Amino acid sequence: MFSSAILVSWGALALLGSWFPLKPNEMLLSQILRPPTSHDWLGFDDYGRSIADRLLMGARTSFVVAFAVVTVTAGFGTAVGILSGWLGGWWDLVMVRLIDVFLAFPGMLLAIALAGLLGPGVDNVVVALAAVGWVSFARLARAQALSVKEREHIQAAQSLGVSSLVILYRHVLPLISAPLIIEATFGIASVVAAEAGLSFLGLGGQPPAPSWGGMIRDGTRYMLVAPHMVIAPGIAMMLVVLAANLAGDWMRDKLDVRGLSGTN
Amino acid sequence: MISGLLARTASAALVVLGVVCAVFFLTHLIPGDPVEVLLGESAMVAEREQLRQRLGLDRPLGGQWLAYVAGLLKLDLGTSLFSQQPVAAIIAQRIGASCFLALAALGVAVAVAVPTGIVAALRKDTLWDQGAMGLALLGVSIPNFWLGPMLILMFSLSLGWLPVSGAESPASIILPAITLGTGLAAVLSRNIRSALLEVLAEDYIRTARAKGIAPRAVLLRHAAANAGLTVVTVLGLQLGALLGGAVITETVFDWPGIGSLMVEAILRRDYPVVQGCVLLISVIYVAINTATDLVYALLDPRIRFAK
Repeated sequence: MFSSAILVSWGALALLGSWFPLKPNEMLLSQILRPPTSHDWLGFDDYGRSIADRLLMGARTSFVVAFAVVTVTAGFGTAVGILSGWLGGWWDLVMVRLIDVFLAFPGMLLAIALAGLLGPGVDNVVVALAAVGWVSFARLARAQALSVKEREHIQAAQSLGVSSLVILYRHVLPLISAPLIIEATFGIASVVAAEAGLSFLGLGGQPPAPSWGGMIRDGTRYMLVAPHMVIAPGIAMMLVVLAANLAGDWMRDKLDVRGLSGTN
Repeated sequence: MISGLLARTASAALVVLGVVCAVFFLTHLIPGDPVEVLLGESAMVAEREQLRQRLGLDRPLGGQWLAYVAGLLKLDLGTSLFSQQPVAAIIAQRIGASCFLALAALGVAVAVAVPTGIVAALRKDTLWDQGAMGLALLGVSIPNFWLGPMLILMFSLSLGWLPVSGAESPASIILPAITLGTGLAAVLSRNIRSALLEVLAEDYIRTARAKGIAPRAVLLRHAAANAGLTVVTVLGLQLGALLGGAVITETVFDWPGIGSLMVEAILRRDYPVVQGCVLLISVIYVAINTATDLVYALLDPRIRFAK
């Protein structure tokens, strides 16, 4: 399957990348802006650095950021959402209002502002994207928790005296995990695009650290003479985003979960 | 009906208040002292204190918050640290271009998505459908900071048909609008298709067909009206993605709107301008969403006549 092949090779490159003899920061003055040849498939950039090597190291950056952000947001958001739906009362009311406020900031806007104010750096990108991303998981987990809260097996567990935490972990979480996993899959797509977007704006990892967004940004200055600088990282990023979106769509059809869209 | 409207407006007002707080704390809770950042390491203590006083940072947090909100009520968004002009005046110069771009992108999205979504729904599971939905998935997955440069490469640099960037000629709007509209078009066409498919499976459509109403009339009068309701909601929500995406698109094309203003302000560490941009865009977004809900209620007789 196309999408799993892309996602698996992306992850493998990120994890094994340091074993390859890559030289993403080696500058060859004779190769500056050199277009692709049969030997160097992707050519060289404005400092004479190999685009292929930088592309592979950029895969690592985007994978690390995506992995960190999705893990943190899914974990934190789910915990907050389940607790909110389960406890109800004033706690739930406050959470719902808080979620509403976060959702009032359009998409990337808050992430751009946060990353900008925190200052550039990969760690701040993770913080900014996590601060924005947990909300969708919280909203989803809350709605799901509310819908299974009144089921008989939960009431049975309660009347048997099982503690709330055990019920949430053992009886609620497994029931509501399918839509959350789908959300996390779409989350990979949006985080990869968002990380590249922040790097494109100069708010990501700082030069010379390779990232796909940064490579596109550098490339736009030389588009007339060296369009290959923009094309390769863009296609790499688009393949990963497309693969994650396809995987999410496929899972949604397979698990038959309604009311989710691959766009948030 | 009236009480529903009031409740919706009240909850929007509450969200706006929350947004104001969030934007205020955005710059105050972030580690690092803005004065330090602005003046650099070598500044004198007296200089720092002076700036701190001018920015009001020496007052207690609650007092600063009250001053900020009181300023907002008078449409005072503070003063730019860079140009010393009022933030409201700077934003006022830029907002027109942003609105123009957003409307143009919305136009592109609707013009592409409506026919695509309808064709895909009417010819479900044919090559038309698969082709349209494949393109839509591609459209969702192309980030605008890559699509933009690709369009520039093709239409401005290779073919020379359109300007590369800026907003000097009327043709300048074309590429930014397409770049910004593509993502929305993709999402919208997927939604139109699924909404229409859902409606077409309803009993009243079968009845209408059985009565011998022309297929075109069934589609326009019976199906489109009902599917349209779902689509309006999605459109309102997706405008948020449009406003957020505008920041990057405006930067790619040097479009003189609030998005590019915000990025310039971030790079110059001009906090009041960043705050003003985030606040304005978010409040516009909340207003659009509230308006969408109200329009939805007006369009749908089931809600309009409900008690």
